[in-house]
Amino acid sequence: MRFRLTGDQEALRAGMRELLGRRFDGAALRAAAGAPGRLDRGLWRELGAAGFFALRLPEADGGVGLGLPEAVLVFEEAGRALLPGPLAATHLAAADVPGAATGETVVARVDGGLVEWLAEADEVTGDASGAVPVRSVDPLTPLHRVPGPVPGPAPRPVPGPADPVAVLLTAAEQLGTATRACELAVQHARTRVQFGQPIGAFQAVKHLCAEMLVRAETARAAVYAAAVTSAPADIAAARLLADEAAVRGTRDCLQVHGGMGFTWESEVHLHLKRAWVRAQRAGSNAEGEEMLAAELLG
Amino acid sequence: MDLSYTPEEEEFRARLREWLAKVLPGLPPKPDPEDWPGRRAYDLGWQRTLYDAGYADVHWGASPTTRLIFLEETEKAGAPYVGANFVGLLHAGPTIATEGTEEQRARWLAPILRGDEVWCQGFSEPDAGSDLAALRTRAWRDGDHYVVSGSKIWTSHAEVADWCELLVRTDPAAPRHRGITWLAMPMDAPGVTVRPLRTLAGSAEFAEVFLDEVRVPVANRVGAENDGWRVTMVTLSFERGTAFVGEVVACRRVLGDLARVAHRNGAWDDPELRRRLGRLNAEFRALWRLTQWNVSEAEGRGVPGVGGSVFKLRYSHARQELYDAAAAVLGPDALDLDRPWVLDRLSSLSYTIAAGTSQIQRNIVAERILGLPKGR
Repeated sequence: MRFRLTGDQEALRAGMRELLGRRFDGAALRAAAGAPGRLDRGLWRELGAAGFFALRLPEADGGVGLGLPEAVLVFEEAGRALLPGPLAATHLAAADVPGAATGETVVARVDGGLVEWLAEADEVTGDASGAVPVRSVDPLTPLHRVPGPVPGPAPRPVPGPADPVAVLLTAAEQLGTATRACELAVQHARTRVQFGQPIGAFQAVKHLCAEMLVRAETARAAVYAAAVTSAPADIAAARLLADEAAVRGTRDCLQVHGGMGFTWESEVHLHLKRAWVRAQRAGSNAEGEEMLAAELLG
Repeated sequence: MDLSYTPEEEEFRARLREWLAKVLPGLPPKPDPEDWPGRRAYDLGWQRTLYDAGYADVHWGASPTTRLIFLEETEKAGAPYVGANFVGLLHAGPTIATEGTEEQRARWLAPILRGDEVWCQGFSEPDAGSDLAALRTRAWRDGDHYVVSGSKIWTSHAEVADWCELLVRTDPAAPRHRGITWLAMPMDAPGVTVRPLRTLAGSAEFAEVFLDEVRVPVANRVGAENDGWRVTMVTLSFERGTAFVGEVVACRRVLGDLARVAHRNGAWDDPELRRRLGRLNAEFRALWRLTQWNVSEAEGRGVPGVGGSVFKLRYSHARQELYDAAAAVLGPDALDLDRPWVLDRLSSLSYTIAAGTSQIQRNIVAERILGLPKGR
């Protein structure tokens, strides 16, 4: 058993972190938040060229020929950088929608009652008819609401269970956010001085940070293992833990930042809001819990 | 990332399984929990059985993955726990193996492996718990002996132990971490008094040990005089890593049993309870993966990683949640000590305290992993 990153996986993660650090740094993040609804098509194509969308397509079809563990690593990095855009939707469409694999085509996806990035998308997976724009809580994720199933001559199909790969990739993004939230909190706690010392010297602050790490690392083990096994129960478990790590982690990160965390200028709220958006995606926590409860009965 | 086992590891597992199936039916009946001599004999007998079959040193010689497989399979098969052999196999033994002289290793290690001798631990004191370096039990040199006076607490198996790994203060003037010495004290020495300590679960799982001018040969000192803190840290790192493998396996079995009981008694119809059990399933799956991750890290780096504190924080809380959920399934039966899981629920209350409280563990995580400044 060697449940650790291989050298190739470490390199893939480092490469993606380098690309995102170069092309989507803190200044780019703030610029994006100031111009809501616009997607950087140049960056999208660069991601395509780096294999972000074609990662799991066979090499014979022009893909990279890698698997879910590698996909999870690059999605974690995207989550960590707070990269905007319908990343999972386009990745999932790479085999079917021309141009998705290379980043030429941006693909949105109807998910439950919501669609992210509908106006900016070139293609849509699912039936988005009648969609109306929502004033999105997350300035970096434009949202449309899709009317629910209605009886009639042409009923909209009731959505089935969420695609497990979509669930797992969402969990991977949440893991990246949980990790980033912990880093931001620790950075702030080390440098912010009150009562003559860094606030990170106070146990009350220290313990918030420690719990953020515990949640993130537990989620990491679950997400990576689910990527290796692809087992539905492992994926459901990974999702529950990653959602918790991201949503509670960003909340605690805000708390550690104090008043600064409540400002628009700080990036903390952007991580929290994205964690909320992702928590609505690809099936609910309740569905995951029910599935894992049923699994106990065998 | 790979969760599969090598052919050698799978062969080890298969051989172990086969051996367990053969040997477990022939074991004597489990002793009464109050029968200390009976428990000692039972636990040592099991260690002797392991020794004869070549499994005795799985805690010391084997790779972390092999150890994980051993602990997983013995738990699944319902084999006896390490019990009275715990301190010898997992604390004192590794310390002597790493820090002891040739003579000391020859004297003490073989009897631990063979199941001949029981060790207990004399670290904590009434005024030195989480703050272990505050310990005050004194030792003076008198020729080729130390003379030891003071008291220890939370000592498991003290009633039936042959030896105690003892931390004493040999230099009260030195900075507190630098005046401590590690001694192997014979428990039958004059001046040693053991008083059982009844826990909130009703049983006497621990003892207080009072030391009144106990004479311990200088030859029983492991490591240099006043170097006992460093020697002890070698010991404590053995507690992390695979320490909870069997327990996580056991918790997952309990959770499955709990779901079946809930299904039978109607508690399952409550969606809130169902979802609570579903979330615990996620929790213990993740803890199993975290165990595999930490074991792989230990295997790759040769030392147990910093993941131990992260794991312990999450696991100790999850275990309490599990037995609280059990109480929710049991309803009024959760007040009946003769029902399954009720005593386990009481025992689970120690998990966020023993071997470093959750508050101390959070300090460790924040300071040693996240690099936050020391301070209170």
